[in-house]
Amino acid sequence: MLADLDRIFTNLYGFRPWRLEAARARGDWVDTRALLDLGPDRIVEIVKDSGLRGRGGAGFPTGTKWGFMPKNPTPERPNFLIVNADESEPGSCKDREIIRHEPHKLLEGTLLAGFAIRARAAYIYIRGEYVREAQVLEQAVAEAYAAGLLGRNACGSGFDFDVFVHRGAGAYICGEESALIESLEGKKGQPRLKPPFPANVGLWGCPTTVNNVESIAVVPAILRRGADWFASIGRPGNTGTKLFQISGHVNRPCVVEEAMGIPFRQLIEEHCGGVRGGWGNLLAVIPGGSSVPLVPAHEIIDAPLDFDSLKALKSGLGTAAVIVMDRSTDIVKAIARISYFYKHESCGQCTPCREGTGWMWRVMERLVTGDAEPHEIDLLLEVTTQVEGHTICALGDAAAWPIQGLIRHFRPEIERRIARRRGFVSVPEALPQAAE
Amino acid sequence: MSAPPPFRFSARNEAEVQRILARYPEGRQASAILPLLWLAQYQMREETGSAWLPRSAIEHVADRLGVPRIRALEVATFYTMFNLKPVGRFHVQVCGTTPCWLRGSDEVFRACLVRGLRKGETTPDGLFTLSEVECLGACANAPVAQINDDTYEDLDFVAMGRILDELAAGRTPPPGSQIGRQASCPDGGPTTLKDLVA
Repeated sequence: MLADLDRIFTNLYGFRPWRLEAARARGDWVDTRALLDLGPDRIVEIVKDSGLRGRGGAGFPTGTKWGFMPKNPTPERPNFLIVNADESEPGSCKDREIIRHEPHKLLEGTLLAGFAIRARAAYIYIRGEYVREAQVLEQAVAEAYAAGLLGRNACGSGFDFDVFVHRGAGAYICGEESALIESLEGKKGQPRLKPPFPANVGLWGCPTTVNNVESIAVVPAILRRGADWFASIGRPGNTGTKLFQISGHVNRPCVVEEAMGIPFRQLIEEHCGGVRGGWGNLLAVIPGGSSVPLVPAHEIIDAPLDFDSLKALKSGLGTAAVIVMDRSTDIVKAIARISYFYKHESCGQCTPCREGTGWMWRVMERLVTGDAEPHEIDLLLEVTTQVEGHTICALGDAAAWPIQGLIRHFRPEIERRIARRRGFVSVPEALPQAAE
Repeated sequence: MSAPPPFRFSARNEAEVQRILARYPEGRQASAILPLLWLAQYQMREETGSAWLPRSAIEHVADRLGVPRIRALEVATFYTMFNLKPVGRFHVQVCGTTPCWLRGSDEVFRACLVRGLRKGETTPDGLFTLSEVECLGACANAPVAQINDDTYEDLDFVAMGRILDELAAGRTPPPGSQIGRQASCPDGGPTTLKDLVA
């Protein structure tokens, strides 16, 4: 288990107040000036050396991303930092705990990251459903301004840096960075074609970096304790601590900070009181939030939970949202509900996704009851590959992968349902339906 | 029946409008569309008991920001949290996405149904509107429901029924976990940093 001394989020559950005074007692905002004195380039270097990979799902190295930003911004075309707090991936609920219980950790990280990329200001884009969390964050921002930590001459460093909170309004797609930028500009959240990437043309046409809440909130600890400390946790390429969010059929679901690469069994035993009904009752796990393919019990039980290990299992770490399903689960229905989610959240911009998500969901619903022809399993698989990789953003991929994972591992179960249904009732030919 | 008066921000919210506009650079006021639509919907809730956006509110926001009305309408219809028709005094949003479904969201919906709440409908007394929503981002506390601004977590049939009965009786049940645990800490106490909670 990760040693308590190595934990970054010491108030994850809010047993202590989130207020500035209490946060300072936990080590936040303590001599931040000294960290700023390292200078932007040194901060980027340390974050690169720490091996920190983005915690929002894609796992892109944070320091490298920062390195893409222009080093000589002008007042007419300043750099911006956006903190992506639009946590909406089913299974994910870690940023919520940071925002409401450790907001000052996030704000100190925002200042340091903004300084490192030479940004003029940061916008924290928080999902609309997090009403109370946004209220806490706004109050924390006000506290930080009042204490001279943000705003003009932040922390007495001579660096002027503003932080604003901007609330979304219920659109999963705004977690995609270019859709988020569109939304922040006051438009529908529809992703942009890339290139140009946000580091060249982002918010209001200015160079912009978009980082996840957790990526930003761990930066102060990395700078204080050193890149080597962070890199010593986990394994090369998959370093540091990580907030795991365990939901579904475990005895005690929770959010917990652990070492990157902790084996699945250890995570569930030590923090969740085991799988409901015992280990023999485990059916499958979605290890990284709804968009990654499920992994069957025998493959996941002893697997390390990190980016590369889960990729090797044809799944992914995503946001480390671990959804556990026991043998009572209607696995086809569980994935069909995810298909509905993506149909609901498709922004409607690209035809393969707009039409494909609805089409795939309707077939999935028929597979739940077995009301389908056997060949439709392959047809569905074929359609997932026509959606995947053929859209502007990754929502199309995210809709395709869970279905591919289901068919890869549970094809006999789908075939059984179809056979059973055909054995007892006549199956009417499916009528074509209009798209949503 | 006369047409409802056109929407205008209240004097108190006018000050808030100025505060919001100051967050965005000169010439980028269009960015304030979401915050102003939010403000309008909250004002409607205060004034009428129903958090929704009549056409005149959306158009007023567009006019204030100097953006075409069609663009504000486009935005208001794109984001699901803006209600384009009146909702009940309590907007009950139950999550039905997989992590909540695995933990028994069907039972939460059943508790709503036996009290006359049907998905997508408002009760005749105007008290409750029930919506099935996509992931609310509190999955370690599933199943969950958001009622107006608060999240109710670790629900089951009995807890959801009790919450609805309390609201109907004019009381405000405490939000958060309904099994008494602290946030997303494992039920029964933390497995980490135990010294800090002693």
